[in-house]
Amino acid sequence: MAANSAIPNVEKKVLVASLVFAAAMLGLIAYAAIRLGISVPTCITNVKPFEEGELIRVAPGRYEAHVVAKTWSFKPNRLKVERGSVVDFYVTSKDIVHGFMIERTNVNLMAIPGTVNYAQARFDEAGTHQILCHEFCRDGHDNMMGSIEVTR
Amino acid sequence: MIQKNLRAIIVLELLFPLILLLFGAYHGVLQVFYRAGVIQETSFLGIGYYKGLTAHGVINAIVLTTFFAVAFGHAVVSQQLEQSVSAAAAKAGAALMVFGTLVAAGPIFAGKADVLYTFYAPMKAHPLFYIGVVLLVVGSWVSFWGWIPGYLRWRRSHPGQKTPLGAVGIFATFIIWQMCTLPVAYEVLVQLIPWSLGLTAGVNVVLSRLLFWFFGHPLVYFWLLPAYVMYYMIMPRLAGGKLYSDFYGRFVFLAFIVLSTPLGLHHQFAEPAISSGYKALHAALTFLVAVPSLLTAFTLAASLEYGARQNGGKGLFAWWGKLPHFDKERWLFPYLFLGLVIFILGGITGIVNASYSMNALIHNTSWIPAHFHLTVAGPVFLAILGMSLYLSVGVLGKKIVAPGVAVSIPYVWTLGVFTFSAGLFYGGLKGVPRRTNLGMSYLDELSDAYRPDWRIGEYIGAVGGSIMGLAVLLFFYVLVRSLASARSERQADSFALPESEAYHDEDVGVVKNFRPWIVAAVVAILISYIPPLVQVLGANYPLVSE
Repeated sequence: MAANSAIPNVEKKVLVASLVFAAAMLGLIAYAAIRLGISVPTCITNVKPFEEGELIRVAPGRYEAHVVAKTWSFKPNRLKVERGSVVDFYVTSKDIVHGFMIERTNVNLMAIPGTVNYAQARFDEAGTHQILCHEFCRDGHDNMMGSIEVTR
Repeated sequence: MIQKNLRAIIVLELLFPLILLLFGAYHGVLQVFYRAGVIQETSFLGIGYYKGLTAHGVINAIVLTTFFAVAFGHAVVSQQLEQSVSAAAAKAGAALMVFGTLVAAGPIFAGKADVLYTFYAPMKAHPLFYIGVVLLVVGSWVSFWGWIPGYLRWRRSHPGQKTPLGAVGIFATFIIWQMCTLPVAYEVLVQLIPWSLGLTAGVNVVLSRLLFWFFGHPLVYFWLLPAYVMYYMIMPRLAGGKLYSDFYGRFVFLAFIVLSTPLGLHHQFAEPAISSGYKALHAALTFLVAVPSLLTAFTLAASLEYGARQNGGKGLFAWWGKLPHFDKERWLFPYLFLGLVIFILGGITGIVNASYSMNALIHNTSWIPAHFHLTVAGPVFLAILGMSLYLSVGVLGKKIVAPGVAVSIPYVWTLGVFTFSAGLFYGGLKGVPRRTNLGMSYLDELSDAYRPDWRIGEYIGAVGGSIMGLAVLLFFYVLVRSLASARSERQADSFALPESEAYHDEDVGVVKNFRPWIVAAVVAILISYIPPLVQVLGANYPLVSE
């Protein structure tokens, strides 16, 4: 077979198919972000890093959790809310980098000293969710955890 | 032919990191037992879990990959560009890399650098850890610089001729490496080393993370592209065929120069301090970088099919049977072929990770190591093992002892890494964290935090990790016996890497020159990184220390 100098048609089709595939996946992400409102943490400038951790009941079924991560605990580390509650989580770190994940939710954040991170979750089922630090933070990391109990 | 005065350097650069790999792999196997709760200790035989994890990451993902890229680069560039590599630069580069690795090894093994291979500030390591890593990287730069004058001479003496494809791939690898290591060099030299020496009070952590992840994703292409060079340059020949499209080979390597860097924020989706809009831009650009890999999947599959049909392969899929899967003469083939099979799953799970909000499900769970063991410990590691054996034995004029065992190694490894990753994917979706000595809490029956439902995934992971360990032992068995075999000077002199001919040898001007692609890369980096950089610098984050 002779060497061709032009790009064969089949190769052009493959390029188009690859681009269509990438665009389709991207379209689904845009749909999830825009129509379903599932996004990622953004830059929070209106909340300054706080010193004390607390769970504030803003209204019935509405909470604000100010979580302080510090080697090797979260404050507060045992939270309790009633079923159907919506909780705004604000997370900061007092020393090194930690993680803050609540299993079976979309709350999965990095806690970075000097900053505040944010995510919201709604708890529709009674039960207990594990909270864990998922970024290595030296010796006590394996036991840096907490829980959130959802009551009936 | 590979340049004669580079032989000793190539062998040194292949074998030195492989000796360290013995420890890196040992602690890989130990980790799966800690994580499964079989070892419920903070340390075992004098090595702490996190010290071992740091060494596992640094040795396997930084030292081995960097040394290999340089050694393989020396072989490909000198063979394809008429022995034009500067031996002085190669020697200086090798000396810096070996010295830097030894300097960094001190604090790692003394337990003064338990910071994992990502060394996230403000977790502080001993200054020698950072200094050693810098010397290693600078050594790789010096080795790369030693290829450039010879290449420019080659171009002048071959006007209008296409640069051989393997050399294009190696240069693309190191252009990416040169660009992406500059910001992390700033992080280490300006932020971390002075702070670690006690000269500054702390570190702007948000800035350090932005600089680190500017480097962190192109790093994976630095790992991957030497394997791609083998797939395009060597594998079609081993399969008895030709490279289906020379144009796509060039286009893919050059496109990676542009696309591999402006997307680092997809590692920072879960972080504060960076707007979600910038993260969305990087997510979109991440999908573009999937395109060269999709083109690669097509081109390589077509090349293999062509080779198999030349060997008498028939049917829609039956031609697969005509590839040299178990051929002892072509034992290198399964190291490349199975790497590609593993990479199918590695690539798909990578798309999950990059998918913006979907990242919240798996960020920092064991899903992540499950994914990257199907990339860096899949195609990359198998290519490194296979080519290290092929090259070191080849340039020394030795022969492969036990080629049947050599053929079996990639199959054992593939079984192991698939099993390992299956367990960790499963656990990750249930919320099992990565980078955690689970035996000390979640998988300790006596702990309040005990999670019996997390056990099964880690058990499967432990079985897989053990099989991977077995494959590494088999590899050293073949390597040591082969290096101890009788030497033939004639064989060493005639050794060369296999080079594939092109089936479609297109002549397209835009893929004949690096310059437009480097310019496009710089523009893409400026567009994607100036806005988040301005945002981070404008916020005046405090300097923090541990």
